[in-house]
Amino acid sequence: MTEPVVDMRGISVEFPGVKALQEVDFRLFPGEVHALMGENGAGKSTLIKALTGVHRIAAGEVRYAGERVSFSAPAEAQAAGISTVYQEVNLCGNLTVAENILLGREPRKLGRIDGKAMRARAAELLARIGLHIDPGSVLESHPIAVQQLVAIARAVAVDARVLVLDEPTSSLDADEVAELFRIIRVLRDEGVAVLFVTHFLEQVYEISDRMTVLRNGRLVGEHMTAALSRIDLVSAMLGREMGVLEEIERRSGTPGEPLLVAEGLGRKGSVAPFDLEIRKGEVVGLAGLLGSGRTEVARLLFGADKADSGRLLVDGKQVRLTGPRAAIEAGVAFSSEDRKAEGIVADLSVRDNLILAMQAARGWARPVPRKLADELVAKYIELLDIRPADPDRAVGNLSGGNQQKVLLARWLVTQPKLLILDEPTRGIDVGAKAQIQKVVADLAAEGMAVLFISAELEEVVRVSDRVVVMRDRQKVAELDGEVGVDDVMALIAGGGDHGVDQGVEKAVAS
Amino acid sequence: MKNRLLWPVVALVALLMLNVVVTPSFFSVRLQDGHLYGSLIDILRNGAPTLLIALGMTLVIATRGIDLSVGAVAAIAGAVTCTHIASGGNAWVAMGLALALCAVLGLWNGFLVSVLGIQPIIATLVLMTAGRGIAMLITEGQIITVNDDSYRQVGAGFLVLPIAILISLAVLGLVALVTRRTALGLLIESVGVNPSASRLAGVRARTIIWTVYVFAALCAAVAGLMISSNVSAADANNAGLWIEMDAILAVVIGGTSLAGGRYSLTGTLLGALIIQTLTTTVYTIGIAPEITLVFKAIVVIAVCLMQAPVGIRVRVRGKQGVPA
Repeated sequence: MTEPVVDMRGISVEFPGVKALQEVDFRLFPGEVHALMGENGAGKSTLIKALTGVHRIAAGEVRYAGERVSFSAPAEAQAAGISTVYQEVNLCGNLTVAENILLGREPRKLGRIDGKAMRARAAELLARIGLHIDPGSVLESHPIAVQQLVAIARAVAVDARVLVLDEPTSSLDADEVAELFRIIRVLRDEGVAVLFVTHFLEQVYEISDRMTVLRNGRLVGEHMTAALSRIDLVSAMLGREMGVLEEIERRSGTPGEPLLVAEGLGRKGSVAPFDLEIRKGEVVGLAGLLGSGRTEVARLLFGADKADSGRLLVDGKQVRLTGPRAAIEAGVAFSSEDRKAEGIVADLSVRDNLILAMQAARGWARPVPRKLADELVAKYIELLDIRPADPDRAVGNLSGGNQQKVLLARWLVTQPKLLILDEPTRGIDVGAKAQIQKVVADLAAEGMAVLFISAELEEVVRVSDRVVVMRDRQKVAELDGEVGVDDVMALIAGGGDHGVDQGVEKAVAS
Repeated sequence: MKNRLLWPVVALVALLMLNVVVTPSFFSVRLQDGHLYGSLIDILRNGAPTLLIALGMTLVIATRGIDLSVGAVAAIAGAVTCTHIASGGNAWVAMGLALALCAVLGLWNGFLVSVLGIQPIIATLVLMTAGRGIAMLITEGQIITVNDDSYRQVGAGFLVLPIAILISLAVLGLVALVTRRTALGLLIESVGVNPSASRLAGVRARTIIWTVYVFAALCAAVAGLMISSNVSAADANNAGLWIEMDAILAVVIGGTSLAGGRYSLTGTLLGALIIQTLTTTVYTIGIAPEITLVFKAIVVIAVCLMQAPVGIRVRVRGKQGVPA
């Protein structure tokens, strides 16, 4: 085998309070397409940013083309031949295609930009990737997919030896993806090393030669794509540890009447219409990979995104699909997976965060009495073991696990009928995780309906009475009773493996 | 919060000390005919409109917004009132009309920002420019002078202290009471810190934002009445000119971040006093009024430097080396 063009060894990256990467090894060879796989928070972006000089490396070394390097800015990495194309197109829409491709390195004549030479050079670069558009046209006049390809043309204009594509396909349709892959193959055959990040398994198997799997900031393994089955890949991404957690006792009582009934609820471009029923005292798990539609289902039920088809009944009454307030009034609570952006109000105290939903429901004119607020805060700090037990501390200063407990408490004080938890245990320590799972089980035992979403399959299977599986933005199965992790995993992974058909049959049978 | 108020207090004390050094009688206050007179009283009286507008601005800024139209709204309030009085109307009715019209203007700003989702700086820029035109239309391009004793009281009257500052302080007290005794303060801060999270928690962000713009317009209206009443005239072109800048500056000096979130009414009070003292200082120590702007510019730069996160980040980053 040839020498790797990029060789990262023992890479660790730390952010305040978080170890984003721990001793990760990564190799990238010339002329290969290499997929970097992992769920959210696995460390994919961090690894890319450690390579391109965005993040500082706390430990470990990076070798590029055989030499030790430490880039301190993306521009240095680019100058050395490592080009990155990000998920969102970051070009200047108001400039022409040629200007975008050669921005900052325009051909000059007598100190002035030589427009003719620039267009000629741009046309050459576009031809190299087989894209036939007018270099003089304004970038914005082209669809996003073409803009993405222009970004790639710009990336390879510097004679890149390494091309990093961070989720380039998330906004493309099937034809556009095929075009992108054709170009990736052209570059690969020219000897460029392509690092490719995506959440779509189909695409990984179509385009990549090798893959590196990360989980929770650690290296799981490096595999030849052809030698790793989908099931094994999904299993590597989701992990099967967690034996440390005590088994949650199965509730013997049968669940009550249906609390939530969704019929044909859907939203174009987000999730295909689905039916769902959740009964009182039941925990329903929602499993699927990132981008499978699991979060979108939760957002539709709560009205965080507006459904454009179907109807929703809570406790027999139809809920207006107008937004979160209508859902809250109907007794639905939703804790978002994005704790920072959609959960905590960082600058406000634990007390204020905890009573926020209750206060919002009462309106501004009827403040939650200080005495009641103090009682509630004291109660939930003890019940959920929120640390430090200081109601006046800004919630932004708490650890992730404790922030999550505050968010859980925020909804519990409103005494909802249905609690939707989207990844309530992501990125938090094992102890807090076990506590949250226990609380969920207790709530269901008291009659609350819970929709539980998690990237960790073991967890979903353990806490849920029933598991709904999502794949490719569709509900593909519903598994009742004693579900095995392997069954769910087969359904998540989808086509290409033998286990799947059995899984579906089993699901239908049960 | 205490730390945030430290520098404004230091700045205010320093400015007052500078004045005492130059004018030893600066602190002297005398009682004449039941009125208090003195340089400090002048600062309070002249600073009343700025303080009032800054109070409205504080709540707007706390929701991540900004209201550039307050100066124009103040001019409209004066124009409506003086025109009505000049045509033989009652002063109280005239002021009521002005407040009602300005409340409508506040509704307009709130509509643009909260319903249409236009960026606050652009949304209120509309009324900032158009507002002076409306005021001109109302006064038909003339400076309207009036002679009405009850109207004169608003800006120039005394109840031992100037009535204008009594009004502003009363509004300050009222806002403090309403925002802290009800949940309005919490909801405003929540919307300002994290609009998405607030929406998902069920906060009626739209109503909250709408409310603060109406409140800001009402504050501007009363300030406009003070300005116009003080000179018994409505000048559509110059009344309240650039007062939005002073108000924003007062809010920022008081420690409320333009990024929204936690706000300090006490800080805004201090900020408004600093700005007015600054202006007065330039007069008392005998520098040409042109220099006022330079002084203010220096204060703005100092405040911005203290608040700038980038400067700090660059320094921190420079210290972290890649281990060899």
